[in-house]
Amino acid sequence: MKLGLVIDLDVCVGCHACAIACKEWNASGTTGPLSDYQPYGAEPSGVWFNRIRHYEMDEYPNNKTVNFPMSCNHCEDAACVTVCPTGASYKRAEDGIVLVDQDKCMGCNYCSWACPYGARELDRSSGTMKKCTLCVDRIYDLDLPVEERQPSCVLTCPAHARMFGDFDDPDSAVSRVVRERSGYGLMPELNYNPTNQYLPPRSTPVIPIDAKPKGGLKESIKQFANKLVRR
Amino acid sequence: MHPAFSVIFFTVASGAGFGLFSLLFIADTFKLGGGFSREQLIIGGLIAMALIVFGLLSSTFHLANPKNAWRAFNRFRTSWLSREGVFAVVFMPLALAYLLCIWFDAPLWLRELTGLLSAALAWITVFSTGMIYACLKTIRQWNSPLVPANYLALGYASGSLLLLLGAVVSGLETLPYIAMAALILSIAAVLKAIYYFWISSPGLGPTINTATGLTRAKVKLLDTGHTHGTFLTQEFGFQLARQKAGLLKVVVFVLGFALPGLMLVWVFNQQGGQGAAIVAVVTGVIGAAVERWLFFAEARHVVNLYHGAQRC
Repeated sequence: MKLGLVIDLDVCVGCHACAIACKEWNASGTTGPLSDYQPYGAEPSGVWFNRIRHYEMDEYPNNKTVNFPMSCNHCEDAACVTVCPTGASYKRAEDGIVLVDQDKCMGCNYCSWACPYGARELDRSSGTMKKCTLCVDRIYDLDLPVEERQPSCVLTCPAHARMFGDFDDPDSAVSRVVRERSGYGLMPELNYNPTNQYLPPRSTPVIPIDAKPKGGLKESIKQFANKLVRR
Repeated sequence: MHPAFSVIFFTVASGAGFGLFSLLFIADTFKLGGGFSREQLIIGGLIAMALIVFGLLSSTFHLANPKNAWRAFNRFRTSWLSREGVFAVVFMPLALAYLLCIWFDAPLWLRELTGLLSAALAWITVFSTGMIYACLKTIRQWNSPLVPANYLALGYASGSLLLLLGAVVSGLETLPYIAMAALILSIAAVLKAIYYFWISSPGLGPTINTATGLTRAKVKLLDTGHTHGTFLTQEFGFQLARQKAGLLKVVVFVLGFALPGLMLVWVFNQQGGQGAAIVAVVTGVIGAAVERWLFFAEARHVVNLYHGAQRC
């Protein structure tokens, strides 16, 4: 199995619900807590497995805002695992999930240097590296109903911009949608072979921004009435 | 990259220690300048080992969870950080054996064998230190064979200056030591110059376009999604003004190479040899420390592309 996420950049609305759901689940999960520093102070900061950034493509008037959620890509050639001196970081052979053994980590930050995607964050209170677990403590939980055996972020996404599945199966929903929508991995030139795939924004026609043509007498009366009526 | 003081101290001190030890072996083998006495060799070797041990200890200060530091020897087969630790630890008993051979007048072949092995391990260990950085594809300024070459050259340069000081203090004929230091210093300076030249052009690295996969148009960051800094901005966000970097490079060359070189002339002319040798060591080590600080400060991790950088 090769488990991972598909993120649809065309429909992501940038609401950060996935990041909140991730924090909520994982704060009490196997790698929890996810420490916050000064959560109500002047400089709030803390550990997150999932971060959403917002970009603008192209220039006005052809510009487009792209919301960009990022978590661990569970790379096939995960350099973070290769460089780890203690053996705390490992990639599971059975499903490809990259995890950090919190009991072995010495907090040298070396794996975060090797990660181009910024997926790893040091928890300063435990002194260990933490990262997305693909909700490994959820997806195999037989006590949950089958439809809930998915990562927290995927379940919560109100726009259905996230999908979870097995990329090794060519007929799985994730494999199919990546094929149909030309999904891609990030920074392919580094050869990390990220498992997570991003679906590009669809090309949509540009919304006309010129002033609307005048609508004649009826429209003018309507506009005049609109000005008179106080709302 | 955020320059961590403990790592700078570690790489400079242990580099100088390993350099000193290997050059001490060469000086002993060829009896350079008349050759050090038994006691002098032992003292020199112990100083080198002390530099290495203090460096290694200081390197554990940058760990967030040092109680697991002993596990760092676990992944020798894949991790350069692990390899460096293993080699440094294997070096210690060999170096001690070499010093014992000197002390107890062991047969020459045993003395030379342990010396050669420990010198080779010193070389391998410093190379591993450089490879810790050079193997990272995420940092263009580090992902270069010039990095281990620089680590080795600077380690040996500091070592040669320390050895020269030892020769001056011990009253040996200084000429071979001056020649050795001058040669190593000039090689280190040239390698460093090539390195600075090499990293000054961006080359074919990841850009904000390949980082987001939005390659058909210009991309710019609107919002990072966090109100204050994160671990990522603290660790990788360090930025150095180009002008300041240029100034520091001048400092590296003046303090690290030019002044020690000038002091070699001083020692050669026998004008206050001891003082000049001390100045050479002090400026050389300060230059190496500035170089190491700059090495970290100038490194731009590709994660900065997600925080708005167009290229790294």
